[in-house]
Amino acid sequence: MRWNQLVRNKPFMIGGCLLVLLLGLMVTSLFYTPYGPNDMNTAMRLAPPQASHWFGTDNFGRDIFSRIMEGSQTSFVIGTASVAIGLVIGLLIGAIAGYWGGWMDEMLMRIIDAMLAFPGILLAIMLVSVFGPGFGNTIVALGIMSIPAFARIARSGFIQYKEFAFVKAAKARGASSLRIISRHILPNMASPLIVASTMRFSGSILAEAGLSYLGLGVQPPDPSWGRMLSEAQPFIINAPWYVFITGAVITAMVLGFNLLGDGIRDGFDKKR
Amino acid sequence: MLKIRKTFVTGFSTLAVLSMVISGCGSSASPAPAASGTAQTTNGNSPAKDSSSMERVEGGTVRVAMSTEPDNLDPYLSAATDTSSMMDNVFDGLFEAGENSELVPAVAESYQISEDGLTYTFNIRKGIKFHDGSDLTAEDVAYSYAKLSGLNGKEPLSSKFAVIEKIETPDDSTVVVKLKAKDAAFLAANIVAIVPKDYEKQSEKPIGAGPFQFVSYAPGQQLVLEKNDQFYDQERKPALDRVEFKIMPDTNSSVLALQSGDIDMIPGISAQGALQLGTGFQIVSGPQNMVQLMALNNTEKPLDDVRVRQAINHAIDKDVIIQTVAEGNGAKLGSNMSPAMKMYYQEGLENRYQPDVQKAKALLKEAGYENGFKLTITVPSNYAFHVDTAQVIAEQLKAVGIDAQIKQIEWSSWLEDVYNNAKYEATIVGLTGKLDPHEVLGRYETTYGKNFFKFSNAEFDDIVNRARTEIDVTKRADMYKQAQTVLTEQAAAVYIMDPSRSVALKENLHGFTMYPVQKYDFAAMYFSKK
Repeated sequence: MRWNQLVRNKPFMIGGCLLVLLLGLMVTSLFYTPYGPNDMNTAMRLAPPQASHWFGTDNFGRDIFSRIMEGSQTSFVIGTASVAIGLVIGLLIGAIAGYWGGWMDEMLMRIIDAMLAFPGILLAIMLVSVFGPGFGNTIVALGIMSIPAFARIARSGFIQYKEFAFVKAAKARGASSLRIISRHILPNMASPLIVASTMRFSGSILAEAGLSYLGLGVQPPDPSWGRMLSEAQPFIINAPWYVFITGAVITAMVLGFNLLGDGIRDGFDKKR
Repeated sequence: MLKIRKTFVTGFSTLAVLSMVISGCGSSASPAPAASGTAQTTNGNSPAKDSSSMERVEGGTVRVAMSTEPDNLDPYLSAATDTSSMMDNVFDGLFEAGENSELVPAVAESYQISEDGLTYTFNIRKGIKFHDGSDLTAEDVAYSYAKLSGLNGKEPLSSKFAVIEKIETPDDSTVVVKLKAKDAAFLAANIVAIVPKDYEKQSEKPIGAGPFQFVSYAPGQQLVLEKNDQFYDQERKPALDRVEFKIMPDTNSSVLALQSGDIDMIPGISAQGALQLGTGFQIVSGPQNMVQLMALNNTEKPLDDVRVRQAINHAIDKDVIIQTVAEGNGAKLGSNMSPAMKMYYQEGLENRYQPDVQKAKALLKEAGYENGFKLTITVPSNYAFHVDTAQVIAEQLKAVGIDAQIKQIEWSSWLEDVYNNAKYEATIVGLTGKLDPHEVLGRYETTYGKNFFKFSNAEFDDIVNRARTEIDVTKRADMYKQAQTVLTEQAAAVYIMDPSRSVALKENLHGFTMYPVQKYDFAAMYFSKK
């Protein structure tokens, strides 16, 4: 996969642009937001978009643009952290199951099957209900939710590559299992894992939005896109910009990651 | 490199178009809410004042949107307020609830209470007929009360009647009820429905003696009532022919149905829905006898210090909450009593704690919390109204140095942890009102099992205890007023507001009245010529 190949890939570029823009918003929000994201100005409730409030204000008179900016941190952090948890644990399970096989494989995969039997969001709702809502628990719940996808991909990769000549050669040379896994097999599996990560990333962001929409995710007053969407719902007729803008931003983020993933996959496919 | 730039350009131009669509949509829709907002306030402030000049029409059908399905048509087995507000038109009690939380004689013409306050004698009005044509006599009243109190040997159906020792019927129009102990709250319980003796099919075809009779009920669709031509009270005789309750769980679709003329009335319309309606409709708003409060756990540190609780009261600006959360549709409260309870409501308490950051800080300093403290506000997650209130309060408390964290929990966990076990620091909830003040204020008694405020005050206990056995109505009302003042002085909680109930009606539908309990008296309603 070469850079200029990717550049020619439209989905990759569009997705990339969207994400660079949102990432820029997030980085900026670390130092600066036009208004305090939780500052209420009750004299200006549900103001439409205008020069002083680009995206208008919400029902408490809080600046929606500032809250979208601040909320992007939540989305990125939750996305990154939950994908990291899912990737690490999923990889571990996949490696054990795929590389060594046998009864370990059987047992681990049946557990993964059981987890897959529940729709992901339901699993997350269950976990959050048990451990209580909040930022940390949301990350853990969404991380656990992404384990099966990674475990499956990793397992199939390990089963495929462990039969390859270069792995057998390394084995014959007396390399340790750890070395074979980390040096010889993993780098070859990078591409499907990267694609899966981008997809899971958008899945996590969407799931966080869903959880927060149900009041189970990030707690008020801290902004989260999902909660903003749910707070906007009663005003859909009288202040349509609120729900529209929030929905559009979530869509842009999810679309960005999906397009990016698509683009990377296309890039890999062409190489083969 | 040229390629890169080109794709970037397409990428950004897509975004530019998208943002134009966004702003275009926003600006075109912006003037609408402001305009309808002003229309709504004028509507709300003058509910049907000009109705007298209009010509009254006899007959007609009113179609009402109900958001919930009836739970049981039997008035003794139903627990849902929505159901009883529909079926109240079918059943009459010895008394009916009046507008000012007084009792209006209905089936009972008059009553006497003995000196010791233990014997109640009710004189039953003559000539009352049930909907099936049979006469309503003292026997039916005795049968109804035996069922409620468990004197018929079965499980008692209402705890309010457990105090009855025995019921006698010396003649057809006299009922004598003897109580085990003095209980001033008993009188208000007599608004309960009187049912015909030995009729056991109330759940399928309810029969009462009210101004309307039951016609049919199709689950998921509608419940239909028709005018009772033989109704005993000429003054309360209904003008309407028919009332149809349409089951419409989705509030948005009921607003659209009202706009398109498919229904005539929405009891309990949201502020946003009211804004949407526009002209041709009237909105009647009034206190619904609910007390929205932020309960403080009076045994939890630092809330066990009255100065801290008072400081919190000074830190919170209730007017702002009413404006932002209830669109201004709420009555500010100062104690645990809604102004809807006109007879018992102590005026002026709502201004006891003026919003004053300096005073709040001074009180906190006095109590030794100069640098503030952390406070967790537990809120039931299914009530957006309370969650929104919590957000405003958290913001206001920040100004006096109290770091309030909001914790949303599920309703069932709220009932278990907060209401039953008082495991919380602060919580926001609405307490629904009752007709009798004892049921409202009794929850602050030290001995009350579900006193989740953990409030304990000897003076308060004494007043409420004396009021329970006080038969003189005025003296009793005064005592409950005193009790409210104690709650305010002790800052047992932050009493926020009674959120108004707003009822949307067609312009030519009149006679709707607000009651301290959820009651829709269709007998008093009528259409006018347009």
